[in-house]
Amino acid sequence: MPTITDSPVTTTHLKNGLTIVCQPMPWLRTAAYTMWLPGGLVSEVPLGEWGSLDGSIASDNSSATKSYDAETDPHAGLASLTCEMVQRGAGPYSSRDLVSVEDNLGIDASVSASTSVVTFSGNMPAESISDAMGILAELVRRPHLPGDQVDDAKMMLYQERMASLDEPTSRLMKHLRLAQFGNPAGRSGSVNPVSLETLSIDSVREFYQSNYHCGGGLLAIAGQIDPQAITQQVEQLFGDWRSGDPIPLEKTYPTEGNHHLHADSSQTHIGFAFDSIPYGHEDYFVMRAGIGILSDGMSSRLFDRVREQRGLCYSVWASTTSFRGFGGVMGYAGTTPARAQETLDVTLHEIRHLADDLTTDELDRWKTRIESNLIMEQESAGSRAGSLASDQFQIGRVMSTEELESAIEAITLDQVRDYWHAHSPEHFRIVTVGPEPLQTT
Amino acid sequence: MNTLTASPTDFRHVTLDSGLRVVADIDSRGYSAALGYFTRAGARDECDRESGLSHFLEHMMFKGTARRSAADVNRELDELGGQSNAYTSEEQTVYYAAVLPKYQHRLIDLLSDMLSPSLREDDFETERQVILEEIAKYEDQPPFGAFERSMECHFGPRGLGRRILGTRSSIEAMTAADMRAYFQRRYRPENIVLAASGNVDFDALVEQAAQATESWSDRATGQSNTAFEDAQGLPVDISLERRLRAPDASQAYRVTIGPSIGMASDDRYAMRMLCAILGDDGGSRLFWDLIDTGRAEVATLWPQEFTDCGSLLTYLVCGPDQMDSNVRLMNDALQRVATEGVEPDELQQAVNKTVAGCIMQSERPSGRLFGLGSRWLCCNEHVSVDALLTAYRDVSVDDVKRVAQEYLTRDVTEVIASSGDETELSESA
Repeated sequence: MPTITDSPVTTTHLKNGLTIVCQPMPWLRTAAYTMWLPGGLVSEVPLGEWGSLDGSIASDNSSATKSYDAETDPHAGLASLTCEMVQRGAGPYSSRDLVSVEDNLGIDASVSASTSVVTFSGNMPAESISDAMGILAELVRRPHLPGDQVDDAKMMLYQERMASLDEPTSRLMKHLRLAQFGNPAGRSGSVNPVSLETLSIDSVREFYQSNYHCGGGLLAIAGQIDPQAITQQVEQLFGDWRSGDPIPLEKTYPTEGNHHLHADSSQTHIGFAFDSIPYGHEDYFVMRAGIGILSDGMSSRLFDRVREQRGLCYSVWASTTSFRGFGGVMGYAGTTPARAQETLDVTLHEIRHLADDLTTDELDRWKTRIESNLIMEQESAGSRAGSLASDQFQIGRVMSTEELESAIEAITLDQVRDYWHAHSPEHFRIVTVGPEPLQTT
Repeated sequence: MNTLTASPTDFRHVTLDSGLRVVADIDSRGYSAALGYFTRAGARDECDRESGLSHFLEHMMFKGTARRSAADVNRELDELGGQSNAYTSEEQTVYYAAVLPKYQHRLIDLLSDMLSPSLREDDFETERQVILEEIAKYEDQPPFGAFERSMECHFGPRGLGRRILGTRSSIEAMTAADMRAYFQRRYRPENIVLAASGNVDFDALVEQAAQATESWSDRATGQSNTAFEDAQGLPVDISLERRLRAPDASQAYRVTIGPSIGMASDDRYAMRMLCAILGDDGGSRLFWDLIDTGRAEVATLWPQEFTDCGSLLTYLVCGPDQMDSNVRLMNDALQRVATEGVEPDELQQAVNKTVAGCIMQSERPSGRLFGLGSRWLCCNEHVSVDALLTAYRDVSVDDVKRVAQEYLTRDVTEVIASSGDETELSESA
């Protein structure tokens, strides 16, 4: 049986700011790429307009914060609209050509905007990777941005907004994210009735010009590839493209207090969040081990004590979110209204008392899980490319699998206990969707 | 894409004396092994009072055995580190995990033991609450029961139309005694396949399975309750009303269901290509007509293949005021293909995309497990990835036209979920 054979990662920095990271996985028949460029949701609004949900005190008092209303923000959805428009024809291709050339090459490609970046990614049989790079360059560098299609693209985003309104957990998590991080880190990417009116082809073209560039960008490629050849090709394709300064995302604008959104639903949907540290922080893996013990797997605290022992819900979980410089933990539990208060109380109790009775077995199970995941990542070029991109973005380099494995292995129970004793969350931000609000003090 | 092939694998199978079948698609260079028990126990095997039982039983398999408590089962699954889970469908219940090869023996010990559950009363009561929560969870999610309702209307509320989760009242009325009887009846070795893919030690697997499942032959046979039940009228909590109220819904959700091809027919490849050309989420006809233009959020269709029959579902999601015009566009697209067939280049594109998708999916052992186990369970047949690629490449424009003419012209059952009355059911439905 193969052990983790971590083939070498090659990293190349182009003058215009683009970083190319390649890792060959010669045992695969597939390849994948992930490209991150500035052009995420953070770029939708000027710095002076950042703020919290209701204008309350921000984490940094030096700048006054604005009151933020996601339902009237005229820029909301601009990054997603630009993503959509970029795919409507580029270089020699019409939008139909793009789909057909990619389908015929077996490239499963997607484009999406997240908080900090716009992501272009693709999985494919290894034979197609070189063609895929050529198509990617056309998309990113030479999109047509056709004015006569902007209304159709806006309608697509409107459909997505309607869909997320009908999905209680999606509605919940959107609100929770905004409460936890404020504007811009908690932006959702959705349009609203105001922005549907204001967003135009001009705003898309301007957004594209200012934010799609190599400054701070990265392209990660993994799978059955020749790293030298593919790096050379990428240099030719992107080496003479423009550079720029990505908008830094350095702080949050959280909102204290809790929120209830009314719905005549069968369940009360409960979201909770608290401050934490990001990937790259020296204590990150120790913190993450605690969240793992809390929520990873069927023997985790939340699954065992909220669902298995009490039968309070079907879904309950907590997970970490990382930005450069700050992070958070967000979680969910869904239960029928009569048992919602108990579910919330038990869930928060488990989080507050996580460090009280930790056992070595729990930590060991979490370590085994991580080890297995790392090894199984070797079976997927797509997940590997995603990890390369995420490492490069968050910590400025790629952690080798061996290094990661030893960092995980070295964690002691005392470290986890000490960390969570010192950082037991006292303040939760809680959002509920359902027939009745809950007691959240 | 015409020359691509999948990684070579080694297919092996054996039927134990007990009747339990073991199949494996082995690739000894793999980083992981995926293993699962596939059981012929699904919603179609239940009688009215057992509605939801197969799925409830699936949950109870995690609640402990003579050798293990519920906490032991969950803890050991986590100790093996991989991804493990279970699901229940109309025709089968599947328990599976993907783990590092070194854990094969421990996983089989655990999974085999789990399939001899204690079914303790107190665990049964706690889990009943979890199932009721699961039902409530799906009630809140789009399309608000429209898929279940379409199956109920099309097949009738029993057999394939039986809802997998059951109803609130069937779950509330369920007894552990009924569950024990159902378990004895369905979880006999001849109803079960142990499937494995990836880096698997097949000989060790067979030897261990034979030992671990020896006692399963002792499970009482017995006639299905479905044979005795008075199948007249509607089961409790079941309605065949084709209009569902979702008071808070912003969008309207339309599902249609009609007949299609089952697992045994070779035409299933042509049907899948037809659906890809019409309804694929990237570059299909419905995509360009309805999604790319922002008219609808979802406009698609897909075949559902069962052992002895199949159904063809369409799904349309859009604003309630757009529903009528979108239904017309969708029907036009379907009818055009039924009369005119498809173009060679669009078939080629769909085949290329599908072939690449198969190769990517098959790269992980867990991506091969479900096709392997289900197909052996239902048809005693294995279709290797290369055979699958060939089957897709062999689909002709005429094949697609033939299945389109045959199945896109049938009467269908239409179900709509929305907040108001502005969306009328079409008269033809």
